[in-house]
Amino acid sequence: MWCIIESKSRDQFQEELVIRPLHSGDIYASFQFRTLWDTDFLQERQKVSHYRLFPKSLGQVLSKFSVRELHISFTQGFWRTMQWGQPFIPSPPGAELWVWFHDTVSDVDGNWKELTNVLSGIFCASLNFIDLTNTVQPSASFKPLGLGNATDHRFLRYATLPREIVCTENLTPWKKLLPCGSKAGLSVLLKSEKLFHSSFHSQAVHIRPVCQDEQCTSKAWELRQTLNVVFDLYTSGQGKKEWSLFKMFSRTLTEACPLATSSKVYVDITDNPELFELSPATPLLSQAVVLGDRRTYSVFDLTRAEMFGQLRSLNLLLRDMLRPLLHAERYVAGFGLQTGEIHTVIYNNHPYRAFPVLLMDSVPWYLQLYIHTLTVTSKSRDNKPSYIHYQPAKDRHRPHLLEMLIQLPPHSMTEVTVQFERALLKWTEYTPDPNHGFYVGSSVVSALVPSMVAMNTNFTQDQPLFSSFVPVKEESSYFVRVYTEPLLVNLPTPDFSMPYNVICLTCTVVAVGYGSFYNLLTRTFQVDEPSLPLAKRLANLIRRIRGVPLLA
Amino acid sequence: MGLLSDPNRRKALTNLLTRLNAPICMVCYLAAIVWFMGLAFEPFTLRTYMSENAMGSTMVEERFSSGERALSLAKEFDAHKRKAGGMPVEWLVKAMQARGLEVFTQSFSRKLPFPDENKERYMVRGTNVYGILRAPRAPRTEALVITAPCSPGNSDNQAVGLLLALAQYFRNQIFWAKDIIFLVNEHDLIGMQAWLEGYHHTNITGMEYSPLQGRAGSIQAALSLELSSDVITSLDLILEGLNGQLPNLDLANLFYAFCQKLGVLCTIQGKLQRNDWDTAEGYTHAAQTMMLMVLKQACGRSWGDHGLFLRYHIEAASIRGINGFRHYKMDVATIGRLLEGMVRKLNNLLERLHQSYFFYLLPSLSRFVSIGYYMPAFGLLAVILLLRVSFPGLDHFTFFNPSGPGVLTVLTPVVISHLTGVALYLLPVHLQEMAVEHFPVSETEAVVLTAVAIYTAGLALPHNTQRLLSGEGTEQGWKVLKLTALLYLAVLLGCTALINFSLGFVLAVTLVPITASMTPHMPKALSALAMVLLSPAFTILYCVFIYQELIEAPVSVGEGWMLFLSVISQGILDHALYGSLVYPLLALFIYPCWLMFWNILFWS
Repeated sequence: MWCIIESKSRDQFQEELVIRPLHSGDIYASFQFRTLWDTDFLQERQKVSHYRLFPKSLGQVLSKFSVRELHISFTQGFWRTMQWGQPFIPSPPGAELWVWFHDTVSDVDGNWKELTNVLSGIFCASLNFIDLTNTVQPSASFKPLGLGNATDHRFLRYATLPREIVCTENLTPWKKLLPCGSKAGLSVLLKSEKLFHSSFHSQAVHIRPVCQDEQCTSKAWELRQTLNVVFDLYTSGQGKKEWSLFKMFSRTLTEACPLATSSKVYVDITDNPELFELSPATPLLSQAVVLGDRRTYSVFDLTRAEMFGQLRSLNLLLRDMLRPLLHAERYVAGFGLQTGEIHTVIYNNHPYRAFPVLLMDSVPWYLQLYIHTLTVTSKSRDNKPSYIHYQPAKDRHRPHLLEMLIQLPPHSMTEVTVQFERALLKWTEYTPDPNHGFYVGSSVVSALVPSMVAMNTNFTQDQPLFSSFVPVKEESSYFVRVYTEPLLVNLPTPDFSMPYNVICLTCTVVAVGYGSFYNLLTRTFQVDEPSLPLAKRLANLIRRIRGVPLLA
Repeated sequence: MGLLSDPNRRKALTNLLTRLNAPICMVCYLAAIVWFMGLAFEPFTLRTYMSENAMGSTMVEERFSSGERALSLAKEFDAHKRKAGGMPVEWLVKAMQARGLEVFTQSFSRKLPFPDENKERYMVRGTNVYGILRAPRAPRTEALVITAPCSPGNSDNQAVGLLLALAQYFRNQIFWAKDIIFLVNEHDLIGMQAWLEGYHHTNITGMEYSPLQGRAGSIQAALSLELSSDVITSLDLILEGLNGQLPNLDLANLFYAFCQKLGVLCTIQGKLQRNDWDTAEGYTHAAQTMMLMVLKQACGRSWGDHGLFLRYHIEAASIRGINGFRHYKMDVATIGRLLEGMVRKLNNLLERLHQSYFFYLLPSLSRFVSIGYYMPAFGLLAVILLLRVSFPGLDHFTFFNPSGPGVLTVLTPVVISHLTGVALYLLPVHLQEMAVEHFPVSETEAVVLTAVAIYTAGLALPHNTQRLLSGEGTEQGWKVLKLTALLYLAVLLGCTALINFSLGFVLAVTLVPITASMTPHMPKALSALAMVLLSPAFTILYCVFIYQELIEAPVSVGEGWMLFLSVISQGILDHALYGSLVYPLLALFIYPCWLMFWNILFWS
């Protein structure tokens, strides 16, 4: 009995929605749902059968595959850093999955394969296309975000599927993981017809072990479900910079999720708050330091009954935002179907601070990288990376993995180029639409970016969820991960209607050309011998006299 | 294949071919010409059809209606263009930004090897402005491009106006799956070349440009819009690109389909389609259209801004608005709807355009001749060369006979001819300063006249070659030389025809008859005249006259000569600026090959 009460009191659910008007005139809405599961995950083989708020489907997966940390994201669209600034939790286009396994796991690859298949079923996604040819083990870029400092990257697996299309069928299972489903609380806003009528859509699940309290006396599983969406006011608002919850989601909020300990809506009013007309007005203001910037938010606490009824219309004006300090993009240079060059351009927009970034590139084997052509230049000078981890690809088995630690000079553009040659695939290895091209996943730039304001380092429960995902260890900098766009590369593609022609042609060539040549080469030509040996001639003479047929 | 293995029958065949060699060659030549001319006859051609499923069966509805806005934007653009005296960069950036695009600029500069007198430019400096419409929920991997040139004077203002109006309309639509790049390029092809090189981070032609800041992944297709006058009556489709490359035929089909749907008058090579194929006029019309395409393709230059995209494996076409048919005035909104429809269908593409033909000739917009139909015409010409190689030579000597002519006898004329070719390729541009110093001519004239002079000087070579040779040229000597030259020509023309059929065919038609029959025993003066009249330079001259005749702007001999000179300067410029290969091909290979035959004629 005591046990149940204890666990009841310590499992927690929080929900949060942040709305931020973006510089470009778009609206960024970020949902975070956090479920804490108070169970001692470090005890191996402990059968857990009691689930209260935590979804059972995920809990079973965690224990079965000895998962220590799991991060999965599904994204449709590309986060436009230059227009929108930094997202709260970044993600690359398509699907991304990275998992830390417990260091007791002996067959990591086997577990990984099974895990991807199970997750593929849970999220109705094509995660089963993750195999060894697109899985890498980054040595530095992906550190565990939760408790424990595992550093042995043999237990880490990372894979992306840049081509994955995200739609309603991925949203529904994601919503089912929430304690209130889509019946109450913030999740009533998650209507797919509106969420997918946007410029950007990203949903993610992050599971990691965390401390239950400040002193870290007990530990818990944390499940964070995040959903980020950017609405294009330009196409939907007929030019008016005006929005409301109803316009965005075609729903209004009616109540908090009864299971939630906190349920809040934050509206970013940092930019010219006096020019905002927010209805209903809220007395609650909150300041948070997020991504190196101090922002002010109006807070609507849904657990208070008096909030309901009106939360509807909100007018706002725009202000130029700071350029994002870190920004990266990537493209393929060159023409023709033989060689090419991958250019990754990383911008440091900080006026006076240099900082190092970790660049991670995972390139499929069919682009054969010429690593000796790797150049890193900043301000037209050679920039020598202080750390390079390169794992060459094996044809049909393993992708290239390139990780580099590069120091970015202040206010600079750093260009990383590497040449590649396009491989000829076997004819069964082509996708059904080979002329579309082949995808290369986003490269990942991870960095501790110098902060303009002091970051909040003490980890308390009061912090809003959106600012507490990545633990901040020092006041002067904050962690940012930037994903570049995926690449679409054309490989030399045969004309697949050709086999018929080829068969006809080769048959003709073989039959006519080769046949006659073979004939000419192998036939032995003999010159007719006009004179017979003497004995035969004599014999023939006698035969002629006798009237008997002659010898040949 | 008893024919080959049976010595008797083989001998009979050889005898037949040897005996009837000349008549067979003549029949082949005539058959080639007849076959080629027959290609324009409608019953022999195929009707065009849409091969790409993603564009064929899906319906799109065109709703663009802001024709008035396009016109007012065009006026505004015109005013700002006049004020800025060139590309109104700031205004254009603001106008695009106001329409919700991500806007970037690219500046470029290029010093031409010598002044371009047709377009009156030498030091070119300009700016391209482009805006990217980001497709919602698309990961920036694919893009479409719509371009309009910012040209001096009054033309193409409407194209830019329409471009901006389309951008505004497109921005409000939700269905885009590919990013759309709206590009306004300055200095037509030079700006386009700078932009494409910047986008793909290549530098093939020594252009100076600032790097591009914004990109949108791999470009799937491009449309270039030119509206030469304010009143548009018909739209002309231009397909011929650099080095005779053509976009996928589906792009032409798409244009034609939408012209039909919207009831727009559409032309190709400026020629309307006729339905009376069974009359002589109908056939002549189709033949003229096809000949125009052949001539345009053969000259290897880009006939519109689209032509430079083709190198990057981007299917592209130019649509040019023409004011030519008085009674069919067209609304700008209609052109907008046509473009909207085309872009929407291209947006639906799941793969690059690849289903339809890349090698074709168009006698009209609704009929096409595929590579399988036109190649035999060239094949018949190539056979002549092979027939000449096989028989007259091999009968009298064996090539590997050690007592035959020394390698030197053959090698000397070959090397000297090619050195002349190298001189023709290099000297005109490099000697222009010297020429300008010593003669009262402009740089352009200097280049062209130097080229003509070197070409003519090459004709004096045989005598010099003979002096270099030790002793008299033997009978076997010229035969070996002819054998080499014939094989060389056959390989050259064959390769050319595979890449650019028109160029290969035009060269074959003029070069084959004279080269195939050339011997030193013919009457010198007469055959020399025939050879000169069928030399590559005269081929260009004839093409100029025929082209002018076909576009119904016949010229006198004097004008024709001036045009001929400007065509040569354009060819050299196209090579230097965009990497067109026709000039080096003619100078480095075809002309030396022709010189080798010239040598044979004067073999003493």
